[in-house]
Amino acid sequence: MTSGPRTLFDKLWDAHVVVPESEQAPAVLYVDLHLVHEVTSPQAFAELDARGLPVRRPDLTKATMDHSTPTLPAGADGRLPYYTEAAENQVDMLAANCARHDIELFDFGSGQRGIVHVFAPELGFTRPGMTIVCGDSHTSTHGAFGALAFGIGTSEVGHVLATQCLLQRRPKTMAVTVEGELAPGVGAKDVILHVIGTIGVNGGTGHVIEYRGSTIRAMDMEQRMTLCNMSIEAGARAGMVAPDETTFAWLENTPRAPKGEAFEAARARWRELRGDEGARFDAEVAIDARDIRPTLTWGTHPGTAIGVDVPVPEAADAADRKGLEYMGLQAGRALAGTPVDVVFVGSCTNGRLGDMREVARVLRGRRVAPRVRMLVVPGSGQVKREAEAEGIDVVVREAGAEWREPGCSMCIAMNGDLVEPGQLAVSTSNRNFEGRQGPGSRTLLASPLTAAWAAVNGQVGDPRELFDSSRSREVAT
Amino acid sequence: MSTLQPLQRIVSAAVVLAQTNIDTDRIIPARFLSTTGREGLGAHAFNDWRRRADGSPDPDFPFNRPQNAGRSILLAGRNFGCGSSREHAPWALRDLGLRAVVSSQIADIFRNNALKNGLLPVVLPEATVQELMQRPDDAIEIDVAARELRTADGQVHRFALDAFARTCLLEGVDELSYLLGRAPDIQLYEERLHAR
Repeated sequence: MTSGPRTLFDKLWDAHVVVPESEQAPAVLYVDLHLVHEVTSPQAFAELDARGLPVRRPDLTKATMDHSTPTLPAGADGRLPYYTEAAENQVDMLAANCARHDIELFDFGSGQRGIVHVFAPELGFTRPGMTIVCGDSHTSTHGAFGALAFGIGTSEVGHVLATQCLLQRRPKTMAVTVEGELAPGVGAKDVILHVIGTIGVNGGTGHVIEYRGSTIRAMDMEQRMTLCNMSIEAGARAGMVAPDETTFAWLENTPRAPKGEAFEAARARWRELRGDEGARFDAEVAIDARDIRPTLTWGTHPGTAIGVDVPVPEAADAADRKGLEYMGLQAGRALAGTPVDVVFVGSCTNGRLGDMREVARVLRGRRVAPRVRMLVVPGSGQVKREAEAEGIDVVVREAGAEWREPGCSMCIAMNGDLVEPGQLAVSTSNRNFEGRQGPGSRTLLASPLTAAWAAVNGQVGDPRELFDSSRSREVAT
Repeated sequence: MSTLQPLQRIVSAAVVLAQTNIDTDRIIPARFLSTTGREGLGAHAFNDWRRRADGSPDPDFPFNRPQNAGRSILLAGRNFGCGSSREHAPWALRDLGLRAVVSSQIADIFRNNALKNGLLPVVLPEATVQELMQRPDDAIEIDVAARELRTADGQVHRFALDAFARTCLLEGVDELSYLLGRAPDIQLYEERLHAR
């Protein structure tokens, strides 16, 4: 137990310690929700099978398929157009493993299949105060609900399947406080890119971040998820936001959260989930919201974040130089005006309804520039249905962009949705690593608004132009 | 698969990848993650770095140089293993014959995954790593029990290694067996939780 005033992280950690840590051994930490997908689980199930072990808590385990799945619908023969036989085999294996171990699976027939970090919050599986893990680094997303949520490797997936526990050393804590009002055209994605640019791609290593301040409080749940999602891109184990009325209102509308009296009781407990006055963090960072511009990346890691109208810096070291060279960008010149080949909107970072609405807001009555391929991929079956109910699919298609089936798609480029070698993509995803979106692909990370605006202009533009006539320039419409 | 080979001592010259922020997409590109096994990933380790655009091996890439064959220590730039949680990264590196990664910073999830696969993460000060990178052909000795890295010219560098991780490596204990041994504690925790 932590003594004295405790942070939110301290409270979550303390509540889940099964065996305290010692010099000799890490803590045994209990896991409340384990999310499973097809890519990082087969070897874990195989390990259980090899040892003849059952899944300890199938009721606390939820599965879906997202990484290897096609984003084009089934053909006339009813078959899904998998990119490779291996991909289809992996998905089939997940279904077989879930059936054998009695794990609830949200598959193609369920209507709720989606990216693991989109479907679980929208169904109400993700709740305040929980420990949540998944064999996926972007599990930090769920911290938006005041949960301690982090990515694990496949061996650890096996540990949780078999024991519902993990061996963990207590991480350090970092407070990132953002105060003030964001300018129109600046959103949660810009905030987190700015944070990563400020603390660095390794600035959060060994830490759990708690995001605080008036800017964060003003964000809706989708925006908080975008924020927490990219905590790992600063190297942090997890990111979290203390739950509040915004959080409870979201949960009240989800099918799998407690109902009625049980919900009221849960809400009373959740209201206690905040850091104590005077609780100390190992590191603190303060950010003024007025300093945040529409932000993109210029290099080959997410720490190379910069305002759209700010000149790309001179390379500080050999790695930066290599990054600039790979990207084909020049120091001293702003990213605005950079020609674009592909625009990708989607992923666990920005594949939610609010993101789809932002895109529609830009595309309505406009056309995607002729040279540009634009892919819009809803994060889940539910996001797709809700967006279509608002006619967003029609807006997207009429603008000349592709409207796809839910999945990770071009963010990780495992399913055949690829950026071609040498092409430059503006993507709402989370990683701009060399070749991440396909061999030889070049990625600028950006918000949905910035991405859609780039698609229309055929080049990177400043989305504040959409809100401020004094900034506007000639735009192809 | 369930029992690890004990790791007590590594003696080898090193392979150098000096670049900072080498991410796990770089170590094993996502298109090779459709496998349902752990074996054979070494063939794709650093795939897009090792090969030229036409698919032929790039003779300048360190892992393609004949003199580096069989080396089991990687000296890497700061923040090695950042990005995705894919355990395919340490699987690929082990399959390549590596037993230790030495860097001035190693990303959290990669470090955890490496330890579960008998791949030793060694973090040393940046200046020390830079110095070691100047002489990759000299044999380096890593003593897990002593938590020491020793150079051919007699320098001794101590590194931090969690006591539990050290025991697991030295004795080939795997964490799952340890956790299964805590089943009574887990049972108690669940009963307490249920009672609340």
